[in-house]
Amino acid sequence: MNIVSLSAGCCLFATGPLTEPVGVVHYLIVGAILFTAGVVCMALKRNALGVLMGIELVLNGANLNFVAFSSPYLRGAGSATLGLDGQVIALFVILLAAAEAAVALAITLNFYNNHSTVDIDRADDLKG
Amino acid sequence: MDLESLLPMLLGLAWLTPLASFVAILFFGPRMGPHGRNAAWVATAAIATSFVLSLAAFVFWLAHHPVQAVDHGGHGSSHAAAASANPFRTVALADADAHADEHGNATHAGHSPTAYSGDWYTLYQGGRLKLSIGWYIDALTVLMFVMITFIATCIHIYASGYMHDELHDVTDHEVHLADGHHLHRPGRFCRFFQALSLFCFSMLGIVIAGNLAMVFIFWELVGICSWFLIGFYFERQSASTAANKAFIVNRIGDFGMLIGLMALWGALGTLHFADHSVQGEQQPGLFSLVRPAATGHALQVPDGMVAFAAADDVGRIARAHSDDPAAGVHEVAGKIDGWRNLGVGQWLLFVAGIGIFCGCVGKSAQFPLFVWLPDAMEGPTPVSALVHSATMVAAGVYLVGRFYPVLTPDVLLVIAYVGAITLFISATIALVANDIKRVLAYSTVSQLGYMMLALGVGGWLAGLFHLVTHAFFKSLLFLCSGSVIHACHTNDMRKMGGLAKVMPWTAGTMLVGCLAIIGAGIPFVIGTSGYYSKDSILAQALSFSQANPAHSILYWAVAGGALLTAFYMFRLWFMTFAGSPRDHHIAEHAHESPQVMVAPLIALAVMAVVAGWTLPGGFGIANLLEQARPAGTDVGGAGYFFSTLRIPAEHESHVGAIHITATMTAFLTAAAGVLLAALMYVWKLISPGMVAAMFRPLYTLLSNRWYFDEIYHALFVSPVLAVASLASNTDRGVIDRFIDGVAWAARQVAGIDAWIDRTIVDGLVNATANATWNTGLELKKLQTGHLRQYVMFIVMGTVALFVLASLLLRNSFAG
Repeated sequence: MNIVSLSAGCCLFATGPLTEPVGVVHYLIVGAILFTAGVVCMALKRNALGVLMGIELVLNGANLNFVAFSSPYLRGAGSATLGLDGQVIALFVILLAAAEAAVALAITLNFYNNHSTVDIDRADDLKG
Repeated sequence: MDLESLLPMLLGLAWLTPLASFVAILFFGPRMGPHGRNAAWVATAAIATSFVLSLAAFVFWLAHHPVQAVDHGGHGSSHAAAASANPFRTVALADADAHADEHGNATHAGHSPTAYSGDWYTLYQGGRLKLSIGWYIDALTVLMFVMITFIATCIHIYASGYMHDELHDVTDHEVHLADGHHLHRPGRFCRFFQALSLFCFSMLGIVIAGNLAMVFIFWELVGICSWFLIGFYFERQSASTAANKAFIVNRIGDFGMLIGLMALWGALGTLHFADHSVQGEQQPGLFSLVRPAATGHALQVPDGMVAFAAADDVGRIARAHSDDPAAGVHEVAGKIDGWRNLGVGQWLLFVAGIGIFCGCVGKSAQFPLFVWLPDAMEGPTPVSALVHSATMVAAGVYLVGRFYPVLTPDVLLVIAYVGAITLFISATIALVANDIKRVLAYSTVSQLGYMMLALGVGGWLAGLFHLVTHAFFKSLLFLCSGSVIHACHTNDMRKMGGLAKVMPWTAGTMLVGCLAIIGAGIPFVIGTSGYYSKDSILAQALSFSQANPAHSILYWAVAGGALLTAFYMFRLWFMTFAGSPRDHHIAEHAHESPQVMVAPLIALAVMAVVAGWTLPGGFGIANLLEQARPAGTDVGGAGYFFSTLRIPAEHESHVGAIHITATMTAFLTAAAGVLLAALMYVWKLISPGMVAAMFRPLYTLLSNRWYFDEIYHALFVSPVLAVASLASNTDRGVIDRFIDGVAWAARQVAGIDAWIDRTIVDGLVNATANATWNTGLELKKLQTGHLRQYVMFIVMGTVALFVLASLLLRNSFAG
């Protein structure tokens, strides 16, 4: 049933905007756009801070997916859980993203101290 | 402490002290003073201690067993034995005539010598055989201990002077090296005294031994010691050959001895001389087996030998009584006497006796194994003195004397003939020898022949008496010759002469030795030690030849030998000391030897004179020996294989008629020999050269030592060498070549294996490693270090995975 409604969402999106109420599919679409934008940002930015921002985008795209998939529409009735799994994991991800950002910024700062630049193309000391 | 425990302790200590010295010098010799100088003191002190201990044992023995003139068969006439040895015996002789006939018929049964025996240490015990280190001590043992340790002490003292050259580096002028120089080597002072100590220990071991196995052990030890000492200058080809010769010739004799030992052990199961206890059970020894007290110590073939020789019959009886072994044993026991009377087992006893005698032939240098002894002169002179007097050669005669009760009259006849041949051949060789030590060597062989002959004709006492007296004067003669060699640096008598003026002490003491060896004395009044011992040998030989006219040649051998002895001994003395110097260079450099060498000469000279005397009251070596006379040997005996043979009892030779003849013969032959020597070498009335020319073939024969060495070389040495070289060629040509071939083949196979290993196995492994390595090198290039590329890879990879999954799992999604 879930898969049916998902494909139905896709079809609705294709037929015309905003003719249907906002559903799970919309969230997933936004998440996917965010994820892709993040990946592209990571792949194209030469500035380390830009890459970090891309990472944030990827993480938040994923977060959006978690939250979306935890929607009651996708869950069958009679589940024993509270229905907050996605949100909880999203909180964890935010937390981890903060920690990761702290570490990554520290690395970047150190890299800057050593190389006077944050251009990641110059950070190829670990090449094989 | 009673004598029975005191004697083994004293003599045991006397025996072991030289061993202690040997061990001490072996380990600490080079550290004993500069160049090991003090090793001489250690060895001398050890042997002197032995002498003192032996002397103490001797005194204790005399205190418990006072020596008295021997009373033959309770006739109350003590003159007979005394007459043989008493310097004051003219009175006794008249008495001897009066009792002559009584003595001829006297029978002596039940006499048994005082002897103490026991074991210190058991080596092995199985069945009735007990191999042990033990003692058998009687008057003969004690006397031999005193004699050996006394002479050895003199020789040790003498050697500490004689061997002083060895204290520093030695240049041996007789060894030419390949580069034309003489051999230069470190001195071997310690080594000499070390071997000397071991030699004394071994010899004393033979004398004290309580069983034949122990005798054999020390017999071989003496052999190896002689090898060390004769080969002392082993760099000299002649010395190492002589050492090997002595050792190998002795092994030939020892082979016979082993046969004798096996015959005794196989048939009797024991090698002990005396009765002994095995695991708490009293067992009869060899002596009481062969001469049981039950038969009055008359010789008989022991039960064991009879049963052994009649093994077929015994087996048949055992099979017949297989159901009841006890009855079989009983039947055999009942038949033993019958078999014995038939002569069963006689040959076994004969073989045992001849076997043991074979060992003595080797050790005591008898014909045909005497060839080693003259060559043994290659050793230093003190060694010659020791080997030729108190030790080694004495061992053979001693063993015949010790083993005497077991020797049958047939064996004794063989011994007598061997002795006679030896004494004649070696005396004739000594006539023409020009090497001073060789003359003495052949005279030793000759005198040993005398002893063997004496023992063989029934003169147990005569033979051993001569052994003791000969030990004194022969060691004296050798030490004197050593003194001469020390002064002249040559052994050749033709270069000596006139030395009496420069070496008065040596000349005087050597004259005493010569007089002793020819048995000089005033007939029936007094004489040197040789006078008494030689007289008793002559008397016994005469008595024997009267009893066995067929064997009277033995007497003529003794008498002729006495003539030759006198001639060659005085030829030696005259050539060396009398007249004017032949070589002035040598005579000018000659000098009297140091006191440390002269002192032993004087001590030995005194002994050479007095050793044969019997003091008033009966004390003397002859009467002391009489105490040790083996049970049953005082009655003579009859031959079994030589059925007409009759060995006369020794006391029969003390009969006046025989004794006067013997003494006069000895005196006249000795006088004739000395006179002849004086005619040829002092007054020069007869030219030795002319005599030699007159008897040219004989002279050639004698100066070539009867061609014995050449004959042995052709008969034995060459064939052995031929077989050895054949074996060696087989070894090298066939066996070695085969083994080499196998090795070569193995090497080839191994080569192939190595190629396979290196090329194929290693190749595979290396190829794998190389592939991995190259792959790694290629893959390394992917690690560019560019983060953005990595991101691209991740993205592309993810996309690729999705595409792959969608392609592959298309069917799964279909549902």
